[in-house]
Amino acid sequence: MTRTIEYRDALREAMSEEMRRDQRVFLMGEEVAEYQGAYKVSRGMLDEFGPHRVIDTPISETGFAGLGIGAAMAGLRPIIEFMSWSFSLVAADQILNNAPKMLYMSGGQFPIPIVFRGNNGAGGQLGSTHSWCVESLYAGVPGLKMAIPFDAYDAKGLLKTAIRDDNPVFFLESERLLGIKGEVPEEEYLIPLGQATLRRRGDDCTIVGFGRPLYFCLEAAEALAREGIECDVVDGRTIRPLDIDSIAESVRRTNYCVVVDQSWPFASIGAEVAAQVHEHCFDDLDNHVIRVHSDDVPAPYAYSLEQEMLPNARKIVEAVRAVTYAG
Amino acid sequence: MSMTTTGRATEPRSLAQKLSNETLCTWLRDMLLIREFEVRSMQAYQNKKIGGFLHVYIGQEAVAVGTIAAATARDPVITAYRDHAHALARGTEARYCMAEMMGRLGGCAKGKGGSMHMFDRRRNMFGGHGIVGAQCPLGIGLAFATKYEDEVIDGGASRRITLCYFGDGALNQGSLHESMNLAGVLNLPIIFICENNGYSMGTATARGTTMAEDLTAKAVGYGFESASIDGMDVMAVYDGFKPIADQCRETSRPAFVEIRTYRFKGHSMSDPRKYRTKDEEQRYQAMDPIERFTKYMAAERGVTEDEHEAMTRSVRKEIREAISWAEKSPHPESGELYRDVYTDIWGPYRGTSGPEMHDKS
Repeated sequence: MTRTIEYRDALREAMSEEMRRDQRVFLMGEEVAEYQGAYKVSRGMLDEFGPHRVIDTPISETGFAGLGIGAAMAGLRPIIEFMSWSFSLVAADQILNNAPKMLYMSGGQFPIPIVFRGNNGAGGQLGSTHSWCVESLYAGVPGLKMAIPFDAYDAKGLLKTAIRDDNPVFFLESERLLGIKGEVPEEEYLIPLGQATLRRRGDDCTIVGFGRPLYFCLEAAEALAREGIECDVVDGRTIRPLDIDSIAESVRRTNYCVVVDQSWPFASIGAEVAAQVHEHCFDDLDNHVIRVHSDDVPAPYAYSLEQEMLPNARKIVEAVRAVTYAG
Repeated sequence: MSMTTTGRATEPRSLAQKLSNETLCTWLRDMLLIREFEVRSMQAYQNKKIGGFLHVYIGQEAVAVGTIAAATARDPVITAYRDHAHALARGTEARYCMAEMMGRLGGCAKGKGGSMHMFDRRRNMFGGHGIVGAQCPLGIGLAFATKYEDEVIDGGASRRITLCYFGDGALNQGSLHESMNLAGVLNLPIIFICENNGYSMGTATARGTTMAEDLTAKAVGYGFESASIDGMDVMAVYDGFKPIADQCRETSRPAFVEIRTYRFKGHSMSDPRKYRTKDEEQRYQAMDPIERFTKYMAAERGVTEDEHEAMTRSVRKEIREAISWAEKSPHPESGELYRDVYTDIWGPYRGTSGPEMHDKS
């Protein structure tokens, strides 16, 4: 049996189910309890679990991110909500030094089973400080995992797995996806981290994407199909682990690859995926990989400029045409 | 709202005085052990057996020993990078600490942490942390977790307290202040222990922080119980700290203590100590906490010179054996590189196929 629920509901179901299953799981963050979630993700959870397990914090990202890591050292399994990943920057020392490295620095004594989650990427005219795509900033640090769910089904299945994982998981949601409905089974399910999925099948070109920009990839693939170019759209689902095998398998079939990444181009996830595709598929490629990114400028406020800056279907169509020599 | 109180070193030493000779001898031995460990560490560092940074605790021994004596073995301890003493006072074997400093597999973190990162889960020693102030948010997390386990999971009363140590330099980091505020808002059973040794690296406390003349002022805005304690006297440390610890355990409310101490050596091994005078150093060395406590034990507890000498010999032997054990402990083999972390193995070039390279070291 499936139902159609919003992405935010799927996130809440994942957290609530895991909190019912394991008393060591708790949710902490700004406005998660009495406000019922700044984006209504945790709506109703205070009523069910009480103030000892759904905990409001002041605006102190360093403090409560570190609190979560310390609690994880002592054996709890915290879910720490950042209202926006943009605000995680002030907690960078905690989330980058303490969470991913603790197990190693302690010689295997202190695993950090924690999930940091929240909105990532442009929310819509929020200006540059609130529009961070943190994946390229953080993914390079060994010890952390990173998931970036595309729809309600993945949001629930990946988050449940993330909560049960013994490593810190950076879970990147999107304000622009929270209200989008999708089919989610009644029955329990988990999605492993590190397993990409095919969102659309086509043999002419591979488009690789993560999270929200996949909507633009699918829109572009639709338009390209009308021109006779059929694309594979590969959803990486997680950035670490990166399922390069599935990506490479697709590229070996299509011989062309476009990577779509909402972060800035320089030293980015897109650059990493492109490099790995070149390493894995050198003899299979009929052109070098082409990347589509946000432009290398701070996110502007003005609607027209912001739209121009972000990846979109038009840019992806152009990139696919160029890479397949169709343009 | 708790009132702020200020303890003084000159107050009657009733609590520590009531303790048995046996307990106090343990304190003395712990302090001697820490001193010997640090002296030998400095030698090993000069002999290049220890790499990286080395921050020794000489002069501050009474702080770790006197405070940890007031806690139970189940109370979490977390501190900054001048951390050997806290691990030793907690009972981590000297050989494991020494092997860690020498980067050996037998170290308390398998040689992956080093001098600044002493971890020992068995002893509830949650590190050794290298970034100034960064252990404070972790400390409130430990306090949150013990309270959560005791109350939410076990359905009882909160029974444990967390000892969160930091230097005077951390007073000026946001991480400490966010932690103090959160501890107050969430009612966490934690004691913020400021080891004020006079200098954050080369910057005198008063040059870096406001109200240096009375650091308990830092606790006022957070509504914490607080005390300022003489850290050159282990009995004064215990006397000042024990009531705070008991109250913290009882009320599950955070507290703040300033313990005034002095590091006899530099910030690290490369510190020429130009920022302070020889006079000042000599003045504090005259207050050596070990000498002071030794005199008390001789005068008031009847510890004879022979007994003291035997204790010193046993400490020297323990550290000598620790060094010898550490030196025999294997260097971590290459397989350790990728152990204890989620990672993607990076290759293909591992530098294992020759040619033979000239070893410059």
